[in-house]
Amino acid sequence: MKKDFKYVGKSTPRQDAFEKVTGQAKFTDDYYFPGMLHAVMVRTKSSHAKILNVDYTRLLASAENIIVCDHNDIIGSKKVGPIKKDQPIFCYDKIVTPGDVVCMLVGGDIQELLQSRELVDIDLEELPVLTEPLKALDIDSPIIHSENGNNLINHYPLRKGNVEKGFSESDHIIEQHYSTQLIEHAYLEPEAVIAIPLEGKKGIKILGSIQNPHTTRKVVASVLGLPLTKVRAVQAEIGGSFGGKDDTMNILAARAAVAALKTGKPVKIKFGREESIVESYKRHPYNLHYKVGFTKDGLLKAMKIDITADGGAYSSMSPFVTWRTVVQATGPYQVENVCTDVKAVYTNNPYTGAMRGFGSPQPIFAQESLMDEIADILGKSPLEIRELNGFKAGSITASGQKLVDHDINLITVLNEAAIKSEFDKKWQLHRKNKKIKNFQIEENNNFLLSHNEFVEPNETIQKGIGLAVSYRGCSLGAEGIDAAAAYMSVQQDGSVYLISGLAENGQGLKTTFSIIAAEVLGISPDHIQYLEQDTGIVPDSGPTVASRSTLMGGGAVKNAAEILKSRLKEIVLNFWNVKNTEEIIFTENEILLRGDETKRVSFQEICSLAYSKGVNLAVIGWYKGPNVHWDEETGQGSAYFTYVYGCQVAEVSVNVATGEVYIDKITAVHDAGKVINKLGALGQVYGGVTQGAGYALWEEISSFDGKIKEDNFDQYLIPTSRDIGEIEPHFIEGEDIYGAWGAKSLGEPTLELTAAAISNAIKNATGKRFFNLPINLEEVLLNRKLKPTDLKRGSTN
Amino acid sequence: MKSDIELNINGTAKKIFVEQSKRLLDVLRENFLLTGTKEGCSIGECGACTVVLDGEAVNSCLILIGQCGGSEIITIEGLEKDGKLHELQKQFIDKGAIQCGFCTPGMAMSAYALLLKNNNPGIEEIKEAIEGNLCRCTGYKPIIDAVHSAVKELNDS
Repeated sequence: MKKDFKYVGKSTPRQDAFEKVTGQAKFTDDYYFPGMLHAVMVRTKSSHAKILNVDYTRLLASAENIIVCDHNDIIGSKKVGPIKKDQPIFCYDKIVTPGDVVCMLVGGDIQELLQSRELVDIDLEELPVLTEPLKALDIDSPIIHSENGNNLINHYPLRKGNVEKGFSESDHIIEQHYSTQLIEHAYLEPEAVIAIPLEGKKGIKILGSIQNPHTTRKVVASVLGLPLTKVRAVQAEIGGSFGGKDDTMNILAARAAVAALKTGKPVKIKFGREESIVESYKRHPYNLHYKVGFTKDGLLKAMKIDITADGGAYSSMSPFVTWRTVVQATGPYQVENVCTDVKAVYTNNPYTGAMRGFGSPQPIFAQESLMDEIADILGKSPLEIRELNGFKAGSITASGQKLVDHDINLITVLNEAAIKSEFDKKWQLHRKNKKIKNFQIEENNNFLLSHNEFVEPNETIQKGIGLAVSYRGCSLGAEGIDAAAAYMSVQQDGSVYLISGLAENGQGLKTTFSIIAAEVLGISPDHIQYLEQDTGIVPDSGPTVASRSTLMGGGAVKNAAEILKSRLKEIVLNFWNVKNTEEIIFTENEILLRGDETKRVSFQEICSLAYSKGVNLAVIGWYKGPNVHWDEETGQGSAYFTYVYGCQVAEVSVNVATGEVYIDKITAVHDAGKVINKLGALGQVYGGVTQGAGYALWEEISSFDGKIKEDNFDQYLIPTSRDIGEIEPHFIEGEDIYGAWGAKSLGEPTLELTAAAISNAIKNATGKRFFNLPINLEEVLLNRKLKPTDLKRGSTN
Repeated sequence: MKSDIELNINGTAKKIFVEQSKRLLDVLRENFLLTGTKEGCSIGECGACTVVLDGEAVNSCLILIGQCGGSEIITIEGLEKDGKLHELQKQFIDKGAIQCGFCTPGMAMSAYALLLKNNNPGIEEIKEAIEGNLCRCTGYKPIIDAVHSAVKELNDS
């Protein structure tokens, strides 16, 4: 039955937009508390060293107003981490990466604190530095964390069928190597947090730019050695996160909390951009090796995949990030025989963790490049090869999961994107029309100098079109406990308080959840007041990650609203003295009885009546995903309980004289399930695609000896308003039984496949395939990266 | 060196005694508690601290207060007039030009400065006016739409 929605699926402006557009919205650094102190970090210039001694004599002699906090001030856990507890709040035995902090100076005058950092004498014994992830497991490589025994963070095998048999049954076998780069989240607001001691130092309040307040609470409580209830984490407005304000913020909150309890005063930590880029975690660089066997008709027979992810100095989310990789490494294709090994390793590089996409953009770049290569070899179109192998209802994934219970819309999104973008026609045309033949560059040669003639002006711009598809497991999958809560309280005048355990990170969750609650109760979304995120008032609902908010939190909000609705229905039944609850309709702030026009009462009146009768109109809604399971030995299991599907088509202009790629248009077709807020959903696509374009073409943190070179926006280039052309989103709303009316995931799917589509478009434009992101000017022109000069990376290596 | 500086902020004459080398950004945030102006990079690359100084959009992290004597400054807090949102603000809300909101004040001020000089800018001029304002959430499209719609509304009325 098709439900007629009043608010769901329409465009609703954000609840917090007024405050944000008038400058009234308060971000962490906009708060000031009386007596508040500041804290600055003391770091070394080392990437890997043993700490022999830390001497504060000179500091204490000259700066009596400054208080030092280091590991000696920590009563509880000195090291933290979401999975392995390997990251110190303050380093005490070793430095393992340049972002590491040895101690923190606390005082009232920031300038004095900054200048006093050099008065801390840190005696180090330098150790050999490991920066190459592919050498991390070599026997003679330095060990980053000796308690770990080696540099392996985790290894996930996946075994399905028999790859050797699959290769022997193949007509063609190709092998390719791909690499992806280290990138920064680049949320516009750098990290900031304030810790406020509660009365009598009995607890602590954390106010900050925090992605996951409940995680922050857990980390701070463990560091302070306090029960969870003694730590209250409250979210200020958060200026972007994209997965990035988790571990780093938890650690900063813990540092601020230690200082606040030591001084008895509120303590603020605020990072500048350089500090943010140096200490915060990033997206994992991957090395991906794919061997694929297929028949002459294009049917995939076997895939052998070896992936190494650079986890950097700390394990952080590496085990979860790479788990998603092992599940999705073959892409949305049915392959009989699969042998995948995904490893994450320690190095002295900046550490890597969660970032929008979470272990999927890297394999998608590889697998979608490969699918186009296979098509090329067989003379097929990119559409044909994907239609042949792509998931359909009942397909079996690499982990042996049969896809059922939802619309398996891969081919639908593919075809929709192809039609909307006129893919086939353009793809054939650009391929045929290539004016520059043999756009191949001799090794280490400048394109222009390697030819005797200059490029004709009318041949400078080459146009191309390319596509990529992806599927994505929704929410946490078998990597974590998957449940969420929502608290709703209806007031006597019919206005409603709402809050869920998941957090607003700028994505528009408050508005989305208010729409869901409003739809159920038949009241206008602006009658719903979304409360500030506070661990003291709502249950832990797991982290706000994995594009799970709308699915899990939305499910919980719907549940809470439905409980309230059933209680109000009881009141209405008695009020009208009728029996059948089916006939009672909540709509437009009124309650009606179907078929009896005399029965009409305002929502407010019924709420007032319920209040006067002592009916409980405050509830906790709950949503728990169905059970999923995973066998760590074989990599087999039902990894996620449902999936979403997307296809993006990129149209590019490549300037073959300069190597510049301009994105003319991206057509993005996504099945995110039911769309709750059209305006918010469109925003996710525009933003995700733009981030994906940055990943494809420009963004790279090139660290040398672990030290970051691009530490501000003058060198770390994210897309500006003039960098990409049109983005055209389309939604296919597949039916699903989970969440709120089958609303699933969109945030990450919008970003994960953009780079692959762009790469395929560049191939169509130039005839050249690129294997290493980003495909920046020098990669297009010279087939290699110019930065860093001392490390070789790029298509010619 | 501290000295008296007279300037006009959001239509009101102000006088402060302040270190001349203090950044305009810090004076706005700390001395006048106008925290709508944000700091994102401190080197004039991100545009989060954009204010309008004598009719020009400037990065207030690159301007010292000593340069501002006698100047007129408009910040995000000055766009709303008599409790009514500026058309730009209305369109930012309606077109979904805001996600996390951290770039929003600077973005709105760059757009406002554009409209001071050009009452009928096209899409390319809008893109150019905000190219110094980084946004990581929205992909710019809804922002460009919002400014474009505001231009239309202002010219129609």
